[in-house]
Amino acid sequence: MTTVLTESGEFNAAEAEVAGDALWLSAGEADAATGWVAKTEGLCRGEVCVPVPPGREREFVRGSRVNVAALWRHLGRSVAHSERGHVWALGGSARDRAATLHSLEAPDFTLPDASGRPHSLSDYRGKKVFLVTWASW
Amino acid sequence: MWQALYEELADRSFVVLAVAMDSREGDPLPWIEAAAPTYPVLIDREHLLAEMYGVVNVPQAVWINEAGRIVRPAEAAGSYEGFRQMDRATREVPSSAAQLTARAKTTYVSAVRDWVLRGADSEHAFSADQARAHLPALTEDMVAAQTMFRLGQFLMRHGDAREGARWLREATTLHPDSWCLWRQQAGVNELGLAALPDFWERVDALGNRRYYAPVDMKGMP
Repeated sequence: MTTVLTESGEFNAAEAEVAGDALWLSAGEADAATGWVAKTEGLCRGEVCVPVPPGREREFVRGSRVNVAALWRHLGRSVAHSERGHVWALGGSARDRAATLHSLEAPDFTLPDASGRPHSLSDYRGKKVFLVTWASW
Repeated sequence: MWQALYEELADRSFVVLAVAMDSREGDPLPWIEAAAPTYPVLIDREHLLAEMYGVVNVPQAVWINEAGRIVRPAEAAGSYEGFRQMDRATREVPSSAAQLTARAKTTYVSAVRDWVLRGADSEHAFSADQARAHLPALTEDMVAAQTMFRLGQFLMRHGDAREGARWLREATTLHPDSWCLWRQQAGVNELGLAALPDFWERVDALGNRRYYAPVDMKGMP
């Protein structure tokens, strides 16, 4: 069993194959974990398609499998995996994060309170929000 | 710290959203119960705000207006590093440093109040250009560090403390400016604070650099 951590949560991929820095997911698992699927025009998520670099097709797609780690690096996003390859964290892209901040649109997030109830920043649209971090130390 | 301000201004379309940058299960709960704030207190186990807003320490705040626009990017929220002048044996802070810390707090709280009451007319509300000029840098290393941090957190929660700790150390090596990352792998003292000798060594290593980046606000120490 391979666990894939993404911004939207934790996903268990029973059909994953790990080879070094490659994480091959079945088409269904790639879609469920990341939203990306292989199409004739390239790798796509919703309306957005990214062409696979010519000559490097087999790094990204083999049969119905997608190497989501290669895709992530190709998108400029960070990837980290455990020594045994049983846990993979698919992170964000500094370029995308910086571009979002530069727009000054406050990035939305959803986090739980102590009772587990989720709160989204966008729930508070229409109010001034003083977003302040703290910690128990 | 923010409860009085929230109560004073709650009927002015204002909310405080406090976010605990705590990863260790249960750590923030006694603190939330003790403070019993009436504004929402959220728990950011994965330090999502670090990656989205460039948060590196606590307390840092972001001001967001009614339209969801950033008015002031992440900055130290009414804090001053007076603790650096603390007598480490007696934990006493010289009164001059304590005064600067107190001034940072009152200045900052007044500025938040002014913004809530006057909106964009407040001298403390940045224009779009000013806000952009004050954005923290988000680098590849910072984002990669957050991804390693997330991996390490997961491993620690699932019984692999050794490798989990390794990823937390790697994350803090890659993103050394983040005290939030560092604290999640630091030891804590009998008060539950990450203020053991390794904390002071790290503070001393700052030299002339500030523990909290200076805040661009009139009257701030």
